[in-house]
Formats: sequence, structure tokens, C-alpha cells
Amino acid sequence: MTKNPFMLVATTISAIFITVLVGILFFTFKDEPRNTTFNTAFSLINDRGEAVDQSIFKGNPSLVYFGYTHCPEACPTTLYEVAGYLKELGEDGLPIKSYLVTVDPERDTPDIMNGYVTAFSDRITGVTGTPEEIRRVVAGWRAFAEKKPNKSGGYSMSHTMDLFLIGADGRLKGLIPYGSDPDVAISKIRSALL
Amino acid sequence: MSTIRAKFLVAAVALMLPGTASSQHMHAHGTGNITIESAFSRAMLPVAKVGGGYLTINNAGAADRLVGAKSDRAEEVQIHEMKMTGAVMEMRELDNGIPVPAKSTVKLEPGGYHLMFTNVSRPFKEGETLAVTLIFEKAGPIEVEFAVGPFAGAQRPHAAHEGHH
Repeated sequence: MTKNPFMLVATTISAIFITVLVGILFFTFKDEPRNTTFNTAFSLINDRGEAVDQSIFKGNPSLVYFGYTHCPEACPTTLYEVAGYLKELGEDGLPIKSYLVTVDPERDTPDIMNGYVTAFSDRITGVTGTPEEIRRVVAGWRAFAEKKPNKSGGYSMSHTMDLFLIGADGRLKGLIPYGSDPDVAISKIRSALL
Repeated sequence: MSTIRAKFLVAAVALMLPGTASSQHMHAHGTGNITIESAFSRAMLPVAKVGGGYLTINNAGAADRLVGAKSDRAEEVQIHEMKMTGAVMEMRELDNGIPVPAKSTVKLEPGGYHLMFTNVSRPFKEGETLAVTLIFEKAGPIEVEFAVGPFAGAQRPHAAHEGHH
């Protein structure tokens, strides 16, 4: 009976205010690059059968995409665009390396990766390996990949569609969302990586 | 589950008998209430195993449902939905197909519903056509020719400009 109705209202309003504030913060930062250094050690293999490790993300800027070859739309579109960006950047873009890290290592052998990436450009390197090591890289960049089984026994992969822009210092500098305007994407690459 | 699928099959076969496909026009296929427009696929990379299929379903009649598809060019033709949740693309097979409401137009297009051709042995080449049978719950099978266009991405710069609805 001694409860102050004003206090109750004030508490409710404060609670709503804080919830909204947290929501706004979440939305604001959700699509921002996670400006963190990649600190995960891994041991994988490239499409030419050579061993690769975390050092591929340092010493030169890179464009990194997490995709797979059994992907009808988003992956070929993105890789086609990456090839276009590299062409458009010409000599300026020579320091940039680009990687397709498969999220489907069980099907994407180095051979399959090689045939796939070279169809787009001679500047894209495929990266595959054991599912455990692939998971480390995906988690290390805070990307997402998940197997979705089909009723016929096969599966598709759900995965992050952003193209990751990684600086020579091994830090994430930006993301190019799927479907970006090519001119916008290229200027983003220039300002973030070159 | 399997009895439901069996019923679908029986229904599909029963409906197959009276309806023969017409290929009167390049852009509209099917007889009766359901017509198919702008069916297309894309050129696949030489090593790729899967291709996507896109089309527009016009339904002038009662509610129906696209329940399956098949083609000699693929081991299976699955019905998929691609959804973008934030930056993540989610792919899933639609076990119950795609509803086609009465008097409606349903589009299977990049970024949404699509057909998925699996285990394609001869990758699709630009300029060829694919013979595909679409199976509707009520209208039965409809033969459709899919035109194979350029690679995914090849028309992207234009698509990206037009794509902001």
C-alpha cells in the first residue's frame, strides 16, 4: 500500500529507455566491422595443394570470402565481382590478395577449389582443409557457417555473405555487403586497404 | 511423411494423363490456369555441380502449390528458399513446396525462392535451353524450357542498380 505509483512508472520508463538504448547500440554496431586482430592459429591447404596458415592474413591487404562451390547464386556472383574489382583497380590493386575460404570443406577438395577459383580470376586463392580447422578460421573472423540438411540426404550451407576487407596489419578494415554497387565497393576497397 | 509424398505422386500421375504440355510460345508455358513466364537459369562454371533456376508463375485460377520439379540435366531439382538474415544467407529446401495463392503471381528469383539443380553432369552453357517439368499439386506437370543466360554476376552491375525496390 505504501508503494509509490510514481516510482513504478519511473522504473518502467527507465527500463524501456535502457532496452531501446541497448537495441540502438546493437543495431548501430551490428554492421560495423569488428575491428579486431585475427588471433587464431590454423593449418589449412590452398587450391594448389600447399599448406597455408594464419600468416596469409598479414603482410598484404586481402579480400576474404567465406563460401562454397555448391552455391548457385551468391558465391559465383561475389567471386565474379571480386575479379571485377581487381581488374578495375589495376596496378593499384596489385598488393591485394583474395581468398575464397570454403565453408564446405567436405566437398571442396583443393582440386575442385582450383577449378572453381581459376574460372573467375588467377588472383583468387581457394582455401580448404579439415572441417575443424575451417571452423577455427570462420570463428576467428566471427563469420558464420552452418550446414542445412536437405530431405534427399544432401545439404546446403548457410553462411556470411559479406566480403571481408582485411588490412596488411591483419585487422578487419571493413565489409562489403552482398549486392553492393561496384563503384561503392571499389572506393571502399581503395580507402580501407590501399 | 512418406505417405503424404506418395499421395502427391499419385495425384501428380493422375493429373498427368489428361494434360499435355503446350510449347506454343517461348515466354508462356502451360495450359489452364497456371502459366509460366521468364524461366531462366545461368551458365555454370565448368566445375560447378549446382545451378539455380528462376521463373514467374501466373495463376489465374484457384490456389495451387508447386510441389516438385525434375529435369534430365540434374540428379534432382529441389525447391529452395534463400533468405538473407543480416549478412547471413540462409538456404533451405522447402519440403512442402511453394504455395501459389488463387489469382496470384509468384516469382522465383535470385535472392528468394529458386529451383536448385543438383549433381549436374554437363554444366549449363549460355545459350542452351533446359527442359524442366514443374509439378503442381493441382495443375499437375507443366513442361517448361529454361533459357540459360550468362554467369551469375555477369549482369550484376545493372541488376544492382535496378534492384532497389
